[in-house]
Amino acid sequence: MPNSPSDEATDDRYSALYDLAVIGAGCAGLAGAVAASERGLSVALLDAAGQIGGQFYRHPAPPLGAVRPQALHHDWSLFAGLRRRLEASDIVHLAGHHVWTVVREGEGEWAVHAVTAADGTGERPARVRARTVLLATGAYERHLPFPGWTLPGVVAAGGAQAMLKSGLVLPGRRVVVAGSGPLLLAVAASLSAAGARVPAVVEASGYTGYARRPGVLAANPHKLMEAVIHATGLVRRGVRLRTRSAVTQVHGTDRVEAVTVSRIDRDWRPLPGTGRRIACDALAVGHGLVPQVELATSLGCATRRTEDGTYALALDALQETSVRGLWAAGETGGIGGADLARTEGELAGIAVAARTRGRPELARGGRVRELQRRRDGMRDFADAMAAVHAPGSGWVHWLDDATDVCRCEEVSAGAIREALADYGARDARTVKLLTRAGMGWCQGRMCGAAVACLAAGAGAESAPASPERRPLAVPVPLGVLGSLEPSEPTATPTGPSGQPDAAGPDEPGRPVDGRTRPSTAGPCKPAD
Amino acid sequence: MARDRTPAGLVGAAPEAPFEITFDRRTLTALPGQTIAAALWSAGVLAWRTTRRDGRPSGVFCGIGQCYDCLATINDLPNRRACLVPARPGDVITTQEGHGHAELSV
Ligand SMILES: Cc1cc2nc3c(=O)[nH]c(=O)nc-3n(C[C@H](O)[C@H](O)[C@H](O)COP(=O)(O)OP(=O)(O)OC[C@H]3O[C@@H](n4cnc5c(N)ncnc54)[C@H](O)[C@@H]3O)c2cc1C
Ligand code: FES
Repeated sequence: MPNSPSDEATDDRYSALYDLAVIGAGCAGLAGAVAASERGLSVALLDAAGQIGGQFYRHPAPPLGAVRPQALHHDWSLFAGLRRRLEASDIVHLAGHHVWTVVREGEGEWAVHAVTAADGTGERPARVRARTVLLATGAYERHLPFPGWTLPGVVAAGGAQAMLKSGLVLPGRRVVVAGSGPLLLAVAASLSAAGARVPAVVEASGYTGYARRPGVLAANPHKLMEAVIHATGLVRRGVRLRTRSAVTQVHGTDRVEAVTVSRIDRDWRPLPGTGRRIACDALAVGHGLVPQVELATSLGCATRRTEDGTYALALDALQETSVRGLWAAGETGGIGGADLARTEGELAGIAVAARTRGRPELARGGRVRELQRRRDGMRDFADAMAAVHAPGSGWVHWLDDATDVCRCEEVSAGAIREALADYGARDARTVKLLTRAGMGWCQGRMCGAAVACLAAGAGAESAPASPERRPLAVPVPLGVLGSLEPSEPTATPTGPSGQPDAAGPDEPGRPVDGRTRPSTAGPCKPAD
Repeated sequence: MARDRTPAGLVGAAPEAPFEITFDRRTLTALPGQTIAAALWSAGVLAWRTTRRDGRPSGVFCGIGQCYDCLATINDLPNRRACLVPARPGDVITTQEGHGHAELSV
């Protein structure tokens, strides 16, 4: 594997025209890259991170000398296998390459633009050309604000997991884990295995929701949950699971000292008088995951609304998006976990090989049918899970006016409510323009879901327009933007509708699939 | 017992030799391979920035380079994401007040 990041824009890793450029070296991207390479394709694998593995297989850098990294992961051997195949291949791994846009360069050719360097100093533009692109950029966490959530010691649940897996550190000694979704159990299990006391896992949904999907999920949800909890060792470590509950307040002045956990109803509305204080020095919180699809949607790829209100790429049976030549796998096609990501990655890799080598029979073999069968089963399960954990609209009742919703621009819930009530904002995008919520550094990743819910709750149309159409997948220094050849940023990739991709950063959501694209973070489930 | 377990113990870490960094004139120990944020967390430091409007303390939130809450001034360069930047011997980290007077780095 020709490897190691280099800033040499002249080196031939950047002049080649690859058969496939894979963006993201998590489970999906790795599986796709090796499957395609083993079928004779030339492959470039780009990832912003310095190491392969993505979110699930995030692991300590070599100098930390972890002898048993598998202690923090299931199925480490599957990852080790992918890594071996990568090392044995001639895939060009471009680590530390943060892709900010993909543009069409003509019929059957794409240019993938990235900036190098982990953070800040010395970033350089890099461009990789390829006949096809596999988008395997994973997901980011969905957050819902609550009083005190900006206090140091409140960290994202997946963020705590990531810091632990890569840096071998904990945010505190007594960590409450809260929010919604299966990731919480994984986070609680690793934090407690690594020595933190986890007094409670606070889950907003009721796991009884699983019972309504008997065809897909185990017939007895309590049995299923028991199995999960035992398997993760949570019971043994004295971790209590509180369902239909939420952290409604964080206490402390300079850092977390305690949280208040309240019972909530089916729509996530807190029940008055049920608050109980739990002492802790950190809170790990998250409300599910959102597919990271900006690179694809800005090229006109169609999306589908998932059961928990997020938007994932709409894909065909062989993982191709609605734009010919662009494939996707893993969380970009809907949240479904590491196994599904790996399955889809391999499927996409085979499908790309079948297309680019002009050997359609490759995509009709037994392996493909087997992968498709596994994928369909896991997708059904994932959709059912998304429905169970979809945020209820009642969460806005735990949000007081003083709490900041947008962390970057420090825009309070009160300011957003004022924009809606007094200034007649009707959708998340107008709220953004009036208040600057979502206009900061993170480009609305942290507050997008909350702003969309607040706007929807205030009587906006059922599908709020995009609060932010992030034109770039990462903030890019002006110098790098300027380095694009003039023709490139204005290139007009055509989507399925044949519409040129001309919408600017603050244009209303461009029609995708015949409708306006709402926030990919999605609004909350309407009260039922 | 919870008290006896550590992340390093869990994965059987045998790190290379630790080194020193400073945070607001305090000397801290970091391990090679850790990010600045991880080194600060292991010293019990959770905040190294004050926000631009309200001046409230801030540190890691997303942990993966997406939220920009963890911006720090590292070796006189402001607006660097501490959760991404690897710690190096002798690094000087200072609490970043407000916007840190510089263009945001990627
Ligand atoms: C913070 C976080 C923690 C998680 N922890 C767990 C866990 O502990 N257990 C679990 O089961 N699931 C976890 N998940 C869910 C996880 O998404 C899946 O289990 C699995 O990792 C999905 O694989 P993937 O290949 O689709 O995406 P990922 O593993 O997320 O891989 C995507 C890769 O794409 C790269 N990337 C993204 N955008 C760009 C870009 N613009 N340019 C270049 N590279 C880019 C990323 O650096 C990453 O390496 C977590 C998710 C998140 C967001
Ligand atoms: S903690 Fe979010 S960017 Fe560093």
